[in-house]
Amino acid sequence: MENSVLPDSFKQARESKGIGKVEDQNDPVTMVLGLKDVRKCAHNWKTFQSGAKPGRIVIPSEVNIRETRQIPFEVDPPAHKGFRDLIDPWFKRPLESDYQAQLKSIIDDIIDHSLQQDSVEVVGEFALKLQSRALTVLLNIPYEESELWIGWGKHVFRSEDTDLDGDKAAILYDYIDAQIDKTAANLDQSLYALLLNSEVNGKKLSKEEIKGVMILTFAGGRDTIINAVTNSIAYFSEHPESLTQLAENPDMSSIAVEELIRYFSPLTHMGRVATEDTQVCEHAVKADTRISLCWASANRDERVFENPNEVVLDRKVNPHVGFGFGTHNCLGATHARQLLNILITSLAEKVSTMEIQSQQDNVEDWGEFQRKVGYDSLNVKFTARKY
Amino acid sequence: MAKITFIDSNKIEITVEADSGSVMELAVQNGISGIDGDCGGVCSCATCHVHVAAEDMDKVGAANEIEQDMLELDDNVNEFSRLCCQIQISEQLDGVTLTVAAE
Ligand code: HEM
Ligand code: FES
Repeated sequence: MENSVLPDSFKQARESKGIGKVEDQNDPVTMVLGLKDVRKCAHNWKTFQSGAKPGRIVIPSEVNIRETRQIPFEVDPPAHKGFRDLIDPWFKRPLESDYQAQLKSIIDDIIDHSLQQDSVEVVGEFALKLQSRALTVLLNIPYEESELWIGWGKHVFRSEDTDLDGDKAAILYDYIDAQIDKTAANLDQSLYALLLNSEVNGKKLSKEEIKGVMILTFAGGRDTIINAVTNSIAYFSEHPESLTQLAENPDMSSIAVEELIRYFSPLTHMGRVATEDTQVCEHAVKADTRISLCWASANRDERVFENPNEVVLDRKVNPHVGFGFGTHNCLGATHARQLLNILITSLAEKVSTMEIQSQQDNVEDWGEFQRKVGYDSLNVKFTARKY
Repeated sequence: MAKITFIDSNKIEITVEADSGSVMELAVQNGISGIDGDCGGVCSCATCHVHVAAEDMDKVGAANEIEQDMLELDDNVNEFSRLCCQIQISEQLDGVTLTVAAE
């Protein structure tokens, strides 16, 4: 019965020290664990910068496998604002009703198909397909393109035995290069075309900058969505009463999504580089060393959340940081929220029970902390609701 | 019924009426520019920040601690700041003016 639980691995360290430590390729990281501290550090971009060497704020560090700066993620204010102002309206399109109708048709298809199988491997057969097909809507490109991305498998940057795989990442980089060239030769209505046509901070975007935006759109929205979708299926498998509650109260779905994001925290943490000698929670942080903002720990902070380790689907006040906080808050959040909202609403409508048959947990290893973030595989039997 | 006046991010004044729900929901339903309500009203996104007219502060009331902690890190915070998803509509709000805070 407890298969869908994501334990809080950070409790003890958060309460006793407020920080944790993780080694990573000789560039150690001080993890910031409390909600208020995480928000303060995220807010303080002058002292804790994102615009360090490309790849360095990612953990594990990607400095050895890429040179392209991801935009707007690895750019600090004031330049950051120019990029956000350009792309923010595009990433708000999920608020339009025909965008939502396209997502709904993708999601309904996958659920209907799942209801006909004896068993569905949710990570590869459900979440990856849903994530990839939905991304074609976000980029405004043909649906068929998603078949190629699904073929890349669950991990674009990781292989079975290593967290970082430069050869695998190169597949994505080469693909994006080719797509930019193709679009430049024949402008369409896609995000590539928008970027090719635009100026930011008074200059046309370079190809390297366009690549930096597109890589981020692929990378930032892949594992996060897959984890959120897979965890949602696992949770509702074990809580059919919650699915019924949603079916009876469809207005609840948007706050339910916020609670699922808080509880799952699909992105565990993200790094920053200190620009000066400073401190967090009375622990010294030296200039040019890394901290990380641990969204997953902050979202279980017992000083802020009542019953932090319980999913309370109708939690009304929920100041979580699952989508980050401040300057770099998640650009894909509108898309992710709509996708999850439609997913849980459709599940509540169409599905009576989901039964977990087997599972392999995906446990991240962060030095002193082992955190379950989702599943490497999850086999589920879906049964239709009868009216 | 409560009549609530918004001054939106383009400085345009719009008065609307409601008797229930949150002020953020009312603003979003009426397309008040500058109120996005990204998180659906759970006090997580701060895209519903308004400044309450000084004379209306008594009617609207002060932010609780969780809301204060969010506002504290907002660059445009002042003593009249509220996240309007945390303001419930009632008769008591009749006649208040809320100015959308700059981004
Ligand atoms: C449930 C799904 C998702 C979660 C939990 C999530 C989480 C996050 C978090 C915590 C951050 C802040 C990183 C930081 O402060 O350094 C972030 C930033 C970002 N996310 Fe997401 N994300 C999700 C989905 C997506 C999707 C679908 C996309 C795009 C396709 C996306 C694109 C981005 C981008 C571009 C940024 C950087 C924004 C900036 O630097 O201004 N995310 N996300
Ligand atoms: S709507 Fe998100 S904080 Fe008010």
